[in-house]
Amino acid sequence: MVRSFFGFIGRRGFEFVDTSADFFREISGLYYLTRSTLYCTFIEPLRGKPIKWRPVWTQMEEVGVKSTTIVFLVSFLIGVILAFQSAHQLSRLGALEFVGALVGVAILRELGPLMTALVMAGRVGAAFTAEMGTMKVSDEVLALETMALNPVKFLITPRFLALLIMLPCLTIMADLMGILGGFLIGTTTLGIDPVVYINNSLDAMVVKDVVTGLIKSVVFAVIIVMVGSYMAFIIEGGAEKVGQNTRTAVVVSMILVIIADLVFTSLFFFVF
Amino acid sequence: MIEINHLRKSFGEGDKKIVVLDDFNAKMEKGQITSIIGGSGSGKSTVLKHLIGAYTPDSGEIWIDGEEVSLLKGEAANSVRKKFGIMFQSGALFNSLTVEDNVALPMREHTELNESTIQIMVKMKLEMVGLRGAEHLKPSQISGGMVKRIALARAIALDPKIVFYDEPSAGLDPISIGVIDKLIMDLSHKMGITSVVVTHEIPSAMRISDKIIMLFKGIIIASGSPDEIRNSDDPRVQQFIEGSPDGPIPFSKSQTDYGEELKEMSQV
Repeated sequence: MVRSFFGFIGRRGFEFVDTSADFFREISGLYYLTRSTLYCTFIEPLRGKPIKWRPVWTQMEEVGVKSTTIVFLVSFLIGVILAFQSAHQLSRLGALEFVGALVGVAILRELGPLMTALVMAGRVGAAFTAEMGTMKVSDEVLALETMALNPVKFLITPRFLALLIMLPCLTIMADLMGILGGFLIGTTTLGIDPVVYINNSLDAMVVKDVVTGLIKSVVFAVIIVMVGSYMAFIIEGGAEKVGQNTRTAVVVSMILVIIADLVFTSLFFFVF
Repeated sequence: MIEINHLRKSFGEGDKKIVVLDDFNAKMEKGQITSIIGGSGSGKSTVLKHLIGAYTPDSGEIWIDGEEVSLLKGEAANSVRKKFGIMFQSGALFNSLTVEDNVALPMREHTELNESTIQIMVKMKLEMVGLRGAEHLKPSQISGGMVKRIALARAIALDPKIVFYDEPSAGLDPISIGVIDKLIMDLSHKMGITSVVVTHEIPSAMRISDKIIMLFKGIIIASGSPDEIRNSDDPRVQQFIEGSPDGPIPFSKSQTDYGEELKEMSQV
């Protein structure tokens, strides 16, 4: 009894050590890949190896322009939902005309950046892992290396730059769409006077809200690209692994986005 | 010239350790074609992966053009890689790029040539493999044999001194095999390219090679000119070149006795 108990503890102990060793290996792998991506993107161009912009434009269209519809739709509906939900509570306090303020601040500070990042983690992060993972499996990454081309510079840098530029842009558009959604519901269904709605909104929103949202979205962009790329580059084997790692990439980047959101929100809460 | 001394490589650890290459020595002369033949799992692809720097050996040395390359990393490794081209078994063309962009990629990245010169060079390389006119197709739109020929065009895009071929004729029709064989011979003998061919197509290897190295379970069992290999009295070599099912090389990969294993299963 006692022996089996200690045996159980021992086995669990070893399992725990194994799992945490795996965990730290993944973390350090992610760290090194991020470091070399940052080096290839920002340091190497200064040392006389300029970035080729054509693949960056292609990726910007792919991750940015083609994502506008879904981002618009999601953020517009979030604005509508938020207006309905808050109207019920605020009208009990007799403060229905502050719906605009609540919707505006919530969208700018939190929901705009977060929902955009989550949508993009699903849409773009999955595409990155699946595409680059297939290239890894079919020896295309090895072919790049043997041609003395750095796969990080060739594959990750364009995607990294594209999302770094496009995610904040999409976030601004999502902010506008969310506020528009709230405005339409507030002034029609809820019957708030448009001038009052706009005045209350503008009083509540400050530039700092937009800036903190954009800082967050830059961090989210780094997380989505790096997790997606890392999950692609560690693939060994075949199609099954591509599927598994694509799923893992989406799940992990969503979780990391939420964690980063918490960290930055509390940072802004205490610092500013 | 390539020289490989005492190359050893094993995968796995402890009980699962498998020695893939054991004391591999070879010399590949300039302007000659060296073929490495052997059954599947004999370690021939592993040799190639060491040569292109994808694997690091457990021990041993690899000299390419008088430079020890097995431990090189980063920029130093890249400067060696620019000296050679490689044709992968699957072609490994970039599926998102057209045929023209695939062949042009090494030139665009590593040379200062202007775009019109590059397009002329691409046309020349495609003409060499008989596929001029396929410039604007995507790799998914062309057949497997054409993919291999374009992979060859890409491998020689920068006029390398050394070209590695991984199963250049596997899965091709006889005419394509003939075309590829002739290309490999022309490149080596007319342009002085050192060729290393990994293959298990015996007739093609016999036709083109200046030297053949035969591997069995990670060990060199024969090495010499095609005639020497053909006249070898090693039964394993004879079995392999004749392709006979019975002989010293077992067909079954399993380690345990078949009858014993079935008996054990029926007891459970």
